[in-house]
Amino acid sequence: MIDFVGRKRWFFLISWILVIIGIAALIISQIQLGTPLRLGTDFAGGTSMTLQFEPAVEQSQLREEMTRLGYGEATIQNAGDGNFIIHTREITSDEAEELAQELGAELNSQVEVADYYLASATVGAATARSAVIAVIVASIAMLFYIVWAFRRMPRPFRWGSCAVIALIHDVFITLGIFSLLGLLIGLEIDALFITGLLTVVGYSINNIVVVFDRIRENRAKGISSDFAITVNSSIVETLGRCLNTSLTTLFVILALFLFGGATIHYFVLVLLVGVIIGTYDSICVAGELLVVWERGEWRTLLPWAKTRA
Amino acid sequence: MFGFALWSAVPLDRNVLGREGLRLGLDLSGGSYLVYQGDLSDVEPTNRDEIMEGVKGVVERRINALGITEPIVEIQKREGEYNIVIQLPGIADIDKAKEMVGLFTILEFREQDAAGNWTPAKGTVNNETLTLTSRYFKQNTDVAVNEYGKPLLVFEWDETGAQLSVQITTRLLNKQLAIFLGDEPLRGEDGNMIAPVVRAVIEDKGQIEGLSLADATELKDLLNAGRIDIPLGRWVNGEFEPSVPLYERTVDATLGADSIRKSITAAAVGIVLLLVFMLVYYRLPGLVACLSLAIYGVVLLAIFKLVPITLTLPGLAGFIVSLGMAVDANVLIFERTKEELRGGRSLGAAVEAGFSRAWTAIRDSNITTFIACIVLFWLGGTMGAFMVRGFALVLFVGVALSMFTAITVTRTFLRLIIGSQVVTNPAAYGVASLPTVRDTK
Repeated sequence: MIDFVGRKRWFFLISWILVIIGIAALIISQIQLGTPLRLGTDFAGGTSMTLQFEPAVEQSQLREEMTRLGYGEATIQNAGDGNFIIHTREITSDEAEELAQELGAELNSQVEVADYYLASATVGAATARSAVIAVIVASIAMLFYIVWAFRRMPRPFRWGSCAVIALIHDVFITLGIFSLLGLLIGLEIDALFITGLLTVVGYSINNIVVVFDRIRENRAKGISSDFAITVNSSIVETLGRCLNTSLTTLFVILALFLFGGATIHYFVLVLLVGVIIGTYDSICVAGELLVVWERGEWRTLLPWAKTRA
Repeated sequence: MFGFALWSAVPLDRNVLGREGLRLGLDLSGGSYLVYQGDLSDVEPTNRDEIMEGVKGVVERRINALGITEPIVEIQKREGEYNIVIQLPGIADIDKAKEMVGLFTILEFREQDAAGNWTPAKGTVNNETLTLTSRYFKQNTDVAVNEYGKPLLVFEWDETGAQLSVQITTRLLNKQLAIFLGDEPLRGEDGNMIAPVVRAVIEDKGQIEGLSLADATELKDLLNAGRIDIPLGRWVNGEFEPSVPLYERTVDATLGADSIRKSITAAAVGIVLLLVFMLVYYRLPGLVACLSLAIYGVVLLAIFKLVPITLTLPGLAGFIVSLGMAVDANVLIFERTKEELRGGRSLGAAVEAGFSRAWTAIRDSNITTFIACIVLFWLGGTMGAFMVRGFALVLFVGVALSMFTAITVTRTFLRLIIGSQVVTNPAAYGVASLPTVRDTK
């Protein structure tokens, strides 16, 4: 039997590294851009458009031309196959068309405005506010549900808390990765990002619940007086299910990422990243947290701190 | 058995699907999504509902006058603010539709000032200075033909219009009176602006010459659509900007078609991988799961069509993700069944135990997804996030249905197979043969 619980310090170390990188990215982004994540048209307002170039052009060339035409502040994201998503200040659809034709002429490429999208800053602010409320409401509702589902266990709040800590861990890592991508490749987050994030949270809870459900059952059966062993065998018993479900889900998501359209390219990326982290977390973090709490071994949470052997 | 009923219902569903026509969102079909706010500052709060309803009707008729079929026009009321939401399908001339919706007045009469600029022709009625516009047309504008066979747009002034017209045409006798459509002069068939010289005082009736028959007919329909009572545009920091939409999204129809094609490829690749994996790993139950998933897919599509649920690109992604989750329920059940088989139970007992044990996990895990979907659906009510709603709705329906099919369809199939004693070798269930399992040869 693989000893997951015994290796928990390593897992916590990995998690800490990822979380710290994520937080660092969020802070750097806050300093450089004024927001922890690069905000797209949904939240910041402005115009965004998908330009289809045939033949495809280089992003660097496009950036140069945009700057020359007075759109230096624009964010350009490459969505593959000669598609670029450009987010800039508010311009009308006629101006957008004109800009596209100029770009096409300069870069020797046929260009089409495939998706034109304008949102006032007021709409963006309202959407951003709703999104924050949505995430908070969803998290609280899920916490209550888990506490309720594990109400017959001693200290149901502990189970709920461990699940939520594991979730916050997932969310921070995902946010961190996207903040980093925002800094590196100009990736912007939009309302679909929030959708992806909440889906991932739901998926991740789904996994944690399955593991916790098994711990609940094994504990009732009394397979071992040692809680760590109970947790570890529960994780091992559910391992097949967790990996299989994640693999099958990853198959379809990966297919969408590789072959799906430009509009949902980055949305699918959120799902892809989230499913991987959620799976890691349900196997290597959530159950281990329960053990730490049960035994009061708080120092193992900080893997770099010395503990008695 | 219940599963049979569902099973027999499937061919019917397929017929329904055969008649094609899932309702597609504008990101898949191409088209425009426009949101305007009304300038209601001069309207009593109690009259606002009524005014907006009226505006909605006029907007709908104006769009219809342009020959655009099936526009969807809705009024959204949020926190005391009114938005008018317009969805136009992809084949339409969207720029023109946008222009016509954004126009408070369709035709405006203008005169030339000393510098030669065209300025609105104004007059005074009841101590109020008003511009002469098509707002004072009666709704009986018509197209006639003059003696040379050229089309004429014939209109009649209402009371206010007649008073204004008399004042203005008296003042402009032997001068030009131009007609503007928005900020652009109305141009005739020959491309010249229509600015006839006033030859007589016009009291109650007028006519516009020089238009092409198509333009004249279209204008007639637009003018007869009625007048919009308040300007449409958007509020920015307490200032009203007329004619500019608060939110606008236009997706090219070819991008939509491209998205559909790509999504189908992606779904096909993903599903094939998934099915192969299930078959290889779970063998016979895997086959059952594949059948169960096929039924799941067909029923889900039937629901989309019958409800109907508008399918957007994120919705398609939701559909594919829900397929992944539907697999999860099956995986949970099979893993449990395998464990029970290894524990030495007979096939029948193992399957039953597998279902009952897996149920709590399936229920608990899916309810959290439901919570996420409900919250997302609410979030989707804000304009910028309208794509979110499609995803949340599809995922919700998909997960609910997946619970149902896993419990009913998969169980029925497994029971049938076990009951018929066709396959009794545990290896077929992905378990190495165990001595404790009775050999029922």
